[in-house]
Amino acid sequence: MERTILHSDMNSCYASIELLHHPELRGKPLAVGGDPEARHGIVLAKDQLAKKAGVKTGMALWQARRVCPEIIFVPPRMDLYLRFSRLAREIYADYTDMQEPFGLDECWMDVSQSGSCKGDGMTIAKEISNRIKFELGITVSIGVSWNKIFAKLGSDYKKPDAITEISRENYRQIVWPLPVEDLLYVGRATQKKLNLYGIHTIGELARTDPELLHRWFGKMGYVLSVFANGEDQTPVFMEDYHAPIKSIGNSTTTPRDLTTDTDVKIIVYALAESVSARLRENNFKCQVVEISVRDCDLYSFTRQHKIKAPTDLTSEIAEQAMELFRRHYRWRRSIRSVGVRACDLVQADCPVQLDLFMNEEKRERLHRMDTTVDVIRRRFGYESIQRGLMYQDRVLSNLNAKEDHTVHPRGYFADGNKTGAYAG
Amino acid sequence: MGEAKSCKVYVDVDVEFSSDGRMQPKWIRWVDGSIFKIDRVKQCVRAASRKAGGVGLRYTVVIGGQESQLYYEENYRWFVEAKQPC
Repeated sequence: MERTILHSDMNSCYASIELLHHPELRGKPLAVGGDPEARHGIVLAKDQLAKKAGVKTGMALWQARRVCPEIIFVPPRMDLYLRFSRLAREIYADYTDMQEPFGLDECWMDVSQSGSCKGDGMTIAKEISNRIKFELGITVSIGVSWNKIFAKLGSDYKKPDAITEISRENYRQIVWPLPVEDLLYVGRATQKKLNLYGIHTIGELARTDPELLHRWFGKMGYVLSVFANGEDQTPVFMEDYHAPIKSIGNSTTTPRDLTTDTDVKIIVYALAESVSARLRENNFKCQVVEISVRDCDLYSFTRQHKIKAPTDLTSEIAEQAMELFRRHYRWRRSIRSVGVRACDLVQADCPVQLDLFMNEEKRERLHRMDTTVDVIRRRFGYESIQRGLMYQDRVLSNLNAKEDHTVHPRGYFADGNKTGAYAG
Repeated sequence: MGEAKSCKVYVDVDVEFSSDGRMQPKWIRWVDGSIFKIDRVKQCVRAASRKAGGVGLRYTVVIGGQESQLYYEENYRWFVEAKQPC
């Protein structure tokens, strides 16, 4: 049976929610931006007026002010946006139990089975659009199609407050003339390469021999061909489906530039505490530790290495991360942000080969200490127990990576490639 | 654009909870302390107030023969759309 898939996208989500709550600011260019004092000074979202003036997401606040001097910045209120995201999902849930969020403000819905009681895709899209406007006071753009990729293109096609249906009859007129970079997974590098081969539109990509694409891009070549032709079979997941966790990581932009190994150590330990606590929470141990470092010129790199025995110990993860750092960083520039990630996860209780040269008794004690700290923090708060190291610099260590951790869009292939692309 | 200047005013509300879980506002205490008895609740829907800026359950209530809107926000507070900012 042909599927009916909707993709709903809240228009300038954060900015719209702020405008709803600040009626006095309507009609003025507005941007939601991080706190410049804590150096998270970039534009997270902007309203239509600011967009027209040339403000772009990701700009530094001072850059935004330069292109749009009358712009008003409001600090982000994540809890409020999460609430709206939940309210929207409650509305979607009235139409299908197959809904898959893509970040906070986007969501796919498979309404193929809802036809008999709720009407066809367009009817449902109109109803959802009206209800969001009435109940939440913001607008959405919705794309209706038979596959997830075209549904997403549909919601991007016309904004704000619009519904676009991409059917088998009209997709050649609507989708194919679009620039190839509008397609999911065509990033800057892929776009450049495609342009180099003379492919500029999705239509041109669709008509390119998949074998040729395979030669240029490897497996992704088939996937791109499938995407461009509307043959993507990737299902919309059931509500509350969680893809298996593949790695656990945290990163942060530090309150000031880091200039010494001790500075880095403070941050690495704070991040390792969060990463290891989340490993323990999910009953995992990691076999690979990875660091990412970004210097003040925004040059960044990641390095990882395999460790001797699977671990969820804060001290081991932090030490491994520091060792990686010392081996790979030469301090030509000061550092702006640091990340720690635990990869290649195994179940915490899986049997391991003990090492004669590792002190398992000590590891056991460290593990007990870590879990005790977890319990204390759960009962009395994160600040209630700290490492001595954190007192070397209270500005830097003022970071609760675990609770500040927020959700990012899950990758399209988080659950493997289900596009149906020929990969033989 | 012709829309009266307005603002969000949080008010004290007396609410009756029935055993089947329904919530019925009984009276409102305005900012100056005066109490307005709610004669009737005409409607209760989830709605956004663009005028005051907020979302929640919107109670359309009749007070002294006049219809007005009373919102129960997700932060467990009640607000009304004031005619003038106050």
